[in-house]
Amino acid sequence: MKKIMNKLLQLILVLLGITILVFSLLYLIPGDPAVTLLGQDATQEEINRFKEQMGLNDSYIDQLTRYIGGVIQGDLGKSYIQNESVVDIVLSTLPATLELAIVALIIALLIAIPIGILSAVKRATWIDYLGMIFAQIGVSMPVFWLGLLLILGFSIHLNILPSFGRGGSVFEALIKTITTGNLYYIFESLKYLILPALTLGLMSAAFITRMVRAAMLEVLQMDYVRTADAKGVSDSMIIIKHAFRNALIPIVTIIGLQFGNLLGGAIVTETIFAWPGVGRLIITAISQRDFTVVQGGVLVIAFLFAVINLIVDLLYTLINPRIRS
Amino acid sequence: MKGIEIKRILKNKSIVIGGTIVLLLILCAIFAPIISTHDPYEMNMNETLLKPGEQGHLLGTDQYGRDLLTRIIYGARVSLIVGISSVAISMIIGVTIGLIAGYYGGLIDAFFMRIVDIFLSFPVVLLAIALVAALGPGIENVIIAIGLVYWTNYARVVRGNVLSIKEEDFVQAAKTIGSSNFRIIFYNILPNTMSSIIVIATLGLGVAIVSEATLSFLGLGIEPPEASWGWTLAFGMKYIRETAHLSLYPGLAIIITVLGFNLLGDGIRDLTDNKLEKK
Repeated sequence: MKKIMNKLLQLILVLLGITILVFSLLYLIPGDPAVTLLGQDATQEEINRFKEQMGLNDSYIDQLTRYIGGVIQGDLGKSYIQNESVVDIVLSTLPATLELAIVALIIALLIAIPIGILSAVKRATWIDYLGMIFAQIGVSMPVFWLGLLLILGFSIHLNILPSFGRGGSVFEALIKTITTGNLYYIFESLKYLILPALTLGLMSAAFITRMVRAAMLEVLQMDYVRTADAKGVSDSMIIIKHAFRNALIPIVTIIGLQFGNLLGGAIVTETIFAWPGVGRLIITAISQRDFTVVQGGVLVIAFLFAVINLIVDLLYTLINPRIRS
Repeated sequence: MKGIEIKRILKNKSIVIGGTIVLLLILCAIFAPIISTHDPYEMNMNETLLKPGEQGHLLGTDQYGRDLLTRIIYGARVSLIVGISSVAISMIIGVTIGLIAGYYGGLIDAFFMRIVDIFLSFPVVLLAIALVAALGPGIENVIIAIGLVYWTNYARVVRGNVLSIKEEDFVQAAKTIGSSNFRIIFYNILPNTMSSIIVIATLGLGVAIVSEATLSFLGLGIEPPEASWGWTLAFGMKYIRETAHLSLYPGLAIIITVLGFNLLGDGIRDLTDNKLEKK
């Protein structure tokens, strides 16, 4: 319990740090946002009014404390361009990003865990080499290039999947399909999700495969695995019950860290596939110089990642009895 | 002795393959004007979007009629400059912080490690994007942004190394004879963390090159007419329904380069790890 409180306290410090960093980064932007947004033709009066409205005339410390105060109350300011609150804008795009990241993670695990285990068990055979070549190339491949290959194959040559956009929330489509019994809804939604999720998932799978293999190799050398082997326990039993369960501990940590990578990769993937998530929102906002939205988007993703890390940390304590005490 | 060392290095496949790729890349970058057949910047509107092999263009031409192979060869320069400079920045920041935090410990250590935590709370790409958004595009800003994002690795690993090295006898001995902290840190401790630093830096070069390509791909990085692989690839996507070569080949260049640095880094790590075991 004391440990959890300690971690929570650390999390609050980190969140505060993130807020200060994100605010300061975009505060330092050269040039006057008022002039950039209103255009060179704006009169001095208009500029002054805008700055007054946005509170841009106050000192750095005043603006920072006001921003932190806002963050605590769930207020990230107003968009310079759209007449809407940043929180509303970011939260409206967040489900799309989460959906993409979660489905990608599931795909990644489905690929990485079997390949990783197989590579470790069949160490130094052609299966292992093939698995490791797949992982090594995957790790070296920029996510946008992988997306491009998939678009080329499935959208342009085979012409079976759309290369951009989103067909509504998968979750909602699933409920509609279940209630109406019509498969059309879920297919319509999945059709758009497959390519971006596969892109992101494959990228992540390459990283996770290496980790699973390394964790399994370590565990397979342990005495208790040899003992089980000597006792005559079947190979598959050893691999699943003795080895993989213990290899899970490092793997869970890595998946937690990988989720941050996924969120980062999502930004790029969303841009390629015009997926309406936070990543695309940030990139569009940068080009429009709508910096309160950039701030808000970056902040929300970083907060999310920090909280996920904490959850993974606690989960880690839960599955590893050695740390629990 | 030397002969045995070289034999061991040559036996490590990762190092040989990775090293060869990296060496070729460096040669390409240095001798770009000699190897390439065309001018990387000269436009020729009569020869736009040629497919590979057409009219003496081995990999075809781009939307301005520039020879793609030449652009890719010159792109190696951009990638290497960004890679090396940004790695140098991260290394200087990270190693310094790692040495100070590990050596002095206590509150200083706690302070720096919290900063590391804050940086690690960002998906790295996102932080680089935010930095470039603040600094503006252009090669210098891309270098600064990437450099400021990836220092945490050095800091954490060096700190960990320092914590164990500072308890060793030779450090204690140096303290006893009255060496200054500065001298101990830079003459006694730093050389002993070198192998980890080299591994991180080699792998970091690959990461930095992908990051530059990603930023440029998103339109936030290197600006035209500079021959960045990421930018060429992004622009090529506009023509992807007509011809894919404009996007495919720059991507291939990125993969091969990053693969080279990754293999080299992994190989060096294996080699240095073995050394530790033998001790």
